[in-house]
Amino acid sequence: MTAYVARRLWQMLPTMAGVILLVFFLFNWVGGDPAYVLAGLMSNQEQIESIRTAMGLNEPLYVQLWIFVKQVATFDFGASWTTGEPVAQLFASRLPASLTLMLPLLVIETVVCLVLAVGLSWVRGSRMDRGVMVIFTLLMSVSILVFIILGQYLLAYRWGLFPVQGWGDGLWKNLSTYAPLPILLGLLVGVAPHTRLFRTFVLDEVDQDYVRTARAKGLSEARVMFVHVLRNALIPVITFVISNIPGLLLGAFLLERFFGIPGIGREIILAVERSDFPVIKAVTVYVALATMVFNLMGDLLYRLADPRVQLR
Amino acid sequence: MVFSKHPDNSVQASPGAWRLAWQRFSADRVGLWSACIVLWFLLLVALTATGLIAAEWEKEVAIGHAPPSWATSASSEGAGPTRPLPSVLDYTPSHADVTDPIAKEWAQAQQAVKPAGEQPNVLAAHLPMGADKWGRDVLSKTIKGAETSVLVGLAAALVATVLGAVLGAVSGWFGGWVDDLSNWLYNVFHAIPGILLILAIAAVLDTKGSAAVVVILGSTTWTGMYRLMRGEFMKHREREYVRAADAIGASNMRRMFVHILPNVSHVILVQYSLLTVACIKAEVILSYLGFGVPVDGVSWGTMLTEAQNDLLVGIWWQLLCATLAMSLFVTALSLLTDALRDALDPKVV
Repeated sequence: MTAYVARRLWQMLPTMAGVILLVFFLFNWVGGDPAYVLAGLMSNQEQIESIRTAMGLNEPLYVQLWIFVKQVATFDFGASWTTGEPVAQLFASRLPASLTLMLPLLVIETVVCLVLAVGLSWVRGSRMDRGVMVIFTLLMSVSILVFIILGQYLLAYRWGLFPVQGWGDGLWKNLSTYAPLPILLGLLVGVAPHTRLFRTFVLDEVDQDYVRTARAKGLSEARVMFVHVLRNALIPVITFVISNIPGLLLGAFLLERFFGIPGIGREIILAVERSDFPVIKAVTVYVALATMVFNLMGDLLYRLADPRVQLR
Repeated sequence: MVFSKHPDNSVQASPGAWRLAWQRFSADRVGLWSACIVLWFLLLVALTATGLIAAEWEKEVAIGHAPPSWATSASSEGAGPTRPLPSVLDYTPSHADVTDPIAKEWAQAQQAVKPAGEQPNVLAAHLPMGADKWGRDVLSKTIKGAETSVLVGLAAALVATVLGAVLGAVSGWFGGWVDDLSNWLYNVFHAIPGILLILAIAAVLDTKGSAAVVVILGSTTWTGMYRLMRGEFMKHREREYVRAADAIGASNMRRMFVHILPNVSHVILVQYSLLTVACIKAEVILSYLGFGVPVDGVSWGTMLTEAQNDLLVGIWWQLLCATLAMSLFVTALSLLTDALRDALDPKVV
């Protein structure tokens, strides 16, 4: 186990180096001269020169790369180009809003999709099962944007069931007032693809021998499906959910943007709009790192939940 | 070839793989219908691209926010009074203009627009699918938008497919350091969540437009294709027909792309179709956010942006039209993909 973890961590190094190289290449070469981007349109040669010197852009390429590696290692990406706030502080202050929105969504969505998936597998092949699958296919073909635009217009603007947008200070206030509509819409968007995925996990289990044994000893179908099958189908579900947590922070960027929630997703959109390179660079590198770590955690949890799995 | 020339026709050539697939596909009614819808959209795209239909989508043909002709009564309370936009010609110089420093230039400018404006321009009060803020026909816009969205989706998916397939083929075929290098590249791209990579590339590209969207989506979505192709080529490398080709002296390239490629083409086709759906959805979001197709072009994404503002004053037809068109195409393409997979994968039958 320890050897496995050590090896996985060791294997992350080249990937991480690649991510750093990719980001460096993107922002220093593809994007043109960063000094021009920072200086803006109205600038003279002296200003650009002084920015170049301050950013180390006059140094050879490997020195610039080394500066970037040091930034990654020390969590110090300097200040945002637009607000002047240190990037680390910027993310620390945006994280709570994102989590307030995404954690309830994650929990509710996982539970709802699991129950739906087990229920649909119970009646698999029936008219009910096929009908729901058709509805899900239709739901998945409608753009996320349409769900949000219509939901915000009808539920909040026309019928006044929720505030149209906004965000408060207290956790409870946010959870009870501002978060419900975004969570509801996020649920509407996520329920179709996730139920479909979880359904395949459940269907992988229903033909196993232990299910036949459980039925043979006279257990009710509900108990077989929701206790025996569900517990085994949970294993891939947990892995899936854990390894998707980093993406979750970004996944809600449309919701955060539409509802004016000061979270990380909205911050990234703003950064892209304003060419705020330090913010985008930092987010790309650290989310990639988090993705790798959470993938490893997902695999380890898989091992904990199912001792038959051999980690190689 | 030899058998077909046989005099008594006793031996018949067995049907090829594609023909068998077509036999299975033609029995699938859902697949056939979705293929019809997809082909219909592609026909529309071809016609708009050549300028045969919807060429004048930018022309003001109706009053601003003219409702659809089939929903006039329902929308009259919601839409509010519709009025033509104030024209530049309505302006008459007043006393104040004597002190206006640009009064002279203004009068000249007015003179210059007059001949064009004097033609009688009758604006319709209703259109089949209504009009947008500037009195443009929503139906024409949707068709023109389909051209952008579908072409960008197809092109981006093509870039990703070629990139992923070639890299996967080379990686699976040669193995060794080539494989290690490609795998490393795959891991790097796979570690960054797709949407973040898309936004990061959108941030550094200072050119906006359809070509930029194709580059952004093509360079970020190739990983799934790579993974599949690598596995397929590793599998086929050891097959007997490939060894036989090796024995008669076929080169690496010939074995990879003449012998193996046709045998994995069904995997590529299905994956291409899946990628197209994903790219169309992504294009709509990118254009909505303003990182995609510029405002002077039209795509389903820019239509949704306008529709969001329209909705606040009760104008819903642009949203309806863009949503219907996009959902219809995406559903049809998804169902077609399922049907193709069933028809092309012999294991299923």
